[in-house]
Amino acid sequence: MKLSINGNAVEVSAAADTPLLWVLRDDLGLTGTKFGCGLGLCGACTVHLDGEAVRSCQTPVGLAAGRSITTIEGLATGGKLHNVQQAWIEQDVVQCGYCQSGQIMTTTALLRKNPHPTDAQIDEALAGNICRCGTYEKIRAGVHRAAELAASGAKKGTE
Amino acid sequence: MSTTLLNVANDLSRRAFLKNSAIGGGLIIAMKWLPAKLAAAEVSPEFAPNAFLRIAPDGAITILAKHSEMGQGIYTSLAILIAEELDADWAKISVEAAPAAPAYAHTAFGMQMTGGSTSTWEAFDQMRKAGATARGLLVQAAAQKWGVDAGSLRTENSAVIAADGRRASYGELASAAALLTPPAEVKLKAPSQFSLIGKPTKRIDSLEKVTGRGVFGLDVKVPGALTALVARPPVFGGKVKTFDDSAAKKISGVKYVVAVPSGVAVVATGVWAAKQGREALKIDWDNGALAMFDSAKQKENYLALAAEKGANARKDGDTTAAFASATTKIEGLFDLPYLAHAAMEPVNATAHVRADGVEVWAPTQFQGVDALNAAKAAGVPPDRVTLHTTLLGGGFGRKANPASDFIVEAVEISRAVGVPVRVVWLREDDMRGGFYRPRTVVTAKLGFDASGKLVSWENQIVNQSIIKGTPFEPMMIKDGVDSTQVEGLADLPYAIPNVRVDYHMAPVGVPVLWWRSVGHSFTAFVKETLIDDAAHAAKRDPIDYRIELLATQPRQIAILRLLKEKSNWGIAPKGRFQGVAIQESFGSIVGQVAEISIGAGGVLTVHKVTAVVDCGTAVNPAGVRAQIMSAVVYGLSAALYGEITFKGGQVEQSNFHDYQVVRLPEAPIVETHIINSGEKMGGVGEPGTPPIAPAVSNAILAATGKRLRTLPFKLA
Repeated sequence: MKLSINGNAVEVSAAADTPLLWVLRDDLGLTGTKFGCGLGLCGACTVHLDGEAVRSCQTPVGLAAGRSITTIEGLATGGKLHNVQQAWIEQDVVQCGYCQSGQIMTTTALLRKNPHPTDAQIDEALAGNICRCGTYEKIRAGVHRAAELAASGAKKGTE
Repeated sequence: MSTTLLNVANDLSRRAFLKNSAIGGGLIIAMKWLPAKLAAAEVSPEFAPNAFLRIAPDGAITILAKHSEMGQGIYTSLAILIAEELDADWAKISVEAAPAAPAYAHTAFGMQMTGGSTSTWEAFDQMRKAGATARGLLVQAAAQKWGVDAGSLRTENSAVIAADGRRASYGELASAAALLTPPAEVKLKAPSQFSLIGKPTKRIDSLEKVTGRGVFGLDVKVPGALTALVARPPVFGGKVKTFDDSAAKKISGVKYVVAVPSGVAVVATGVWAAKQGREALKIDWDNGALAMFDSAKQKENYLALAAEKGANARKDGDTTAAFASATTKIEGLFDLPYLAHAAMEPVNATAHVRADGVEVWAPTQFQGVDALNAAKAAGVPPDRVTLHTTLLGGGFGRKANPASDFIVEAVEISRAVGVPVRVVWLREDDMRGGFYRPRTVVTAKLGFDASGKLVSWENQIVNQSIIKGTPFEPMMIKDGVDSTQVEGLADLPYAIPNVRVDYHMAPVGVPVLWWRSVGHSFTAFVKETLIDDAAHAAKRDPIDYRIELLATQPRQIAILRLLKEKSNWGIAPKGRFQGVAIQESFGSIVGQVAEISIGAGGVLTVHKVTAVVDCGTAVNPAGVRAQIMSAVVYGLSAALYGEITFKGGQVEQSNFHDYQVVRLPEAPIVETHIINSGEKMGGVGEPGTPPIAPAVSNAILAATGKRLRTLPFKLA
C-alpha cells in the first residue's frame, strides 16, 4: 500500500484495517504521534489527513492511502518551526509533553479554518485533547499567540 | 512519595536509611559492584569535571539529569542550578537523562529516584557545587594559559574574561580544564549574586516536545525488539489456570506466547498484532481471594473497622471526655475512592536480557529500586544492569513502584523469549493495572464548648497501607500507623486542646501506591472541610477563623492574608461562590480560593482558582506557577470525576470515557502568587493538589448550604 506522509511517498505492507497510528509508530518509526487511549477519546494520536485533524488510532490505514498525511514530524518546513510550535515555545506550554503533538496538530487544523478563534471556539476545538499535566490555560494562550504569529507573518508576506 | 518520607530523610542520615531498609542494603552492594559507568569521565577531550556536566570543545554544555523529567520541569531547574554557578550561556545547554548509577543517588534518600516533591531542594547544593567546580577549573585553565592570577579573572556567558579584556570561551578552555584536578571545596554565590535562581525561566525541553522528537518510554527503538501485550488476571491476585494459544499463534505477526508471573504475554512484531493475538487467547483464570470484591461492601467493612480500636497517630488531651461534654457537635463520614494515576503515557518498559546482563529502557521515577528488581528478575548480579531513563509522559507516583512491576514484567518476558521486548500497556491495561491511591473512609467528631470554642477533634482513618509489604515498611510504619496515610491530620496545625487521630489498616489485596500528594490527597479534604464547618458553626469568616487557630503558624497566616487580598475574598461576582483551603505538605504550604458557580441541573463550574504558595525559595517561579496550575487541574479531575470501583472483583472503569478527567473547556484560570519566605526549601510538584478539592467543597457549601464529604462530587 502506498502512503504519502509529510510529502514523502512510502510503501507499507500493513493490513488495510490496521490503525494508521500503529503503522506510523511501529512500521515507520514516526513516534512523534502518541498513543493515549486507542478509542479516539484523548486526541494524543491526532494527525492531518488532507489537512483535517483526525484520530489516527481510529483511522484504518486503508482509508489513508492515496491521501496526504501530515504528522508532527512534518509540521516544520524548510528548517523553520510552524507558528504553532513557535507559539508553544514562547508561551512555555509543555510539561511532560506527551499530549502536545496532538494538541499542536489539532490547533494547526483549527487555525487553518479559523485564523482568529475566540476562547469559546478554542475550547470547542480542543475539548477532545486531554492533557493530564493540566496545561490547558497555556494551550489557550498558545493558540492565540500562534494566531498572532500567523497574522504578522501574513502581513510581512504582503509588504 | 510523601511528606513522611521527606521527614524520614530529614531526620535520618543517609547511612541510617541505608542500614535500615532492605533497598538500602541492596544499594550498598550495587554501589560497590556497579562499574563506574559515569562514562563522562572516560570520554575525552570533553571536559567532565563531575558526573553532572560535560563541556565539549565547541562549547556545548550537556547536563546529566539525576532526576526523571515527567513534566514537572526538573530538567530546567537542574540546569538553572548548574548554569547559575557556572556562568554558562543558557543557549548552549542541553539536558539528558543520567544513567542509573550511584553518583546520581538522592542526597537525602540514598538511592536514585524522583518523588516526594524533593528534587529541587535535594539537588540545590549539589548542582550548584557541580557548576562552581567546573567554573573554577575553567578559570584555572585560563589563568595558566595567560600566565595571570586566577583571582584577576571573571566569568560570564560561558567565557573567562581577563582584567585586560582578553576572553576565552569555555569550549576553548575545555580540553585544558579537563587535565586539572577539581578542588575539594568551592565557594558558592550568595543569593544576592544570583542571576538565574529566582527569575522565571522558560523550559529547556520545549523544542523536542513540540517537534515530536522527545523520546518517551513507548518511543524507544531497540534493534530487533518485539512488542508484547500481556493478558493479566481480571481480578487482582488472580492466576492463570490454563490457556490455549493456538488461535493467537495463527495471527500474522505473533511470534511467541509465553506465561509469565503476571499473566500471559503475546509477543509480536508490533502493537496491533500483539493486540489481536491477545484477543485470540483463551484463558481460564483462577480469580483468587478477591473474586467477590465489591466497592459497596468494602464501605460497610471499613465502617466496621473504624468502630474498632485503631492504632493511635496523634493524641492531645482527651477527646472522649471533651466530645461527651461538648455543647455543639459536628459528626461526619468521608468516603474517598481508589484513584488511578492515568498519566497520558501508560506504563511501559523495554528490556533485553542477554547472557552477560540486562539492559532496560523505561519511563521510571525509581531507578535505584528498579535496577535491583531488574537484576533479580533477570537472574544477574546488580552490576549487570544497564538502565536508561526515557522522558516520562506523566508519572504522578505510578512510575515509582517499590515492586517495579512494569519493568520486572518486561525483563521476565525478554528472558523467556531471548530477544529485546517492549511491553506496551494499552489504556485499559494501565487503568485496570492497580497501584491506586487507596480508597479511604474517615470518620470525624468535632465538639464545641458552651462559648462556641472548638475543643475536640477526632478522626478514625481506614484504608490500605501503601507501605505495608514494601522495603520501606520498617521506616514508615510505626506501631501500626502508616505515616503516609495520616500525614496532614496527625500533624493537624489548628490550636485545639483535644485531638485524636487513629489509623486502621485494612487488609485488602488491591495494589495501592502513592498518588500525587499521597496521604494529603485525602487528609486535606477531611481537615479543610471540617475546619470550614467549624467556622460556619461559629458564624465566623472561614479565613479569619483559620488565622485565629493558626496563631503559631506565621507562614500559614501570611498565605491566608495574601489569599484574602488576591482572591477578592467575600466580593465574588454575582452568582459565584468562594471556598478556601490551605495545606502544608512536602515542606511547602499552599492556600487556594476556588470560585465556582452552579448552573442548571447542578452543573458545577470552577471558574478561577487563586493560589498562594510558600516553598521557601522559588528557584524557577515560572516552573512553580506551572506546577500549581498542573496540580490544581489534577486534583480537580479527581474531585469532579475520579473513581475506581469494583464489582465482582473487577475494576469497572477502563478508559477516559468512564474515568473522566478535566478537559480544556472545564479548566479554571489558576492565578498563583509566590511568597519567597526564605524558609527551608520545600517542593512544588505535589503541594498544589491537596487544597483544591476542599476549596471546591467549601465553595459548594457557600453556594448551596450542602456539605459534600464524598468524592467525586455528586451534586445532582
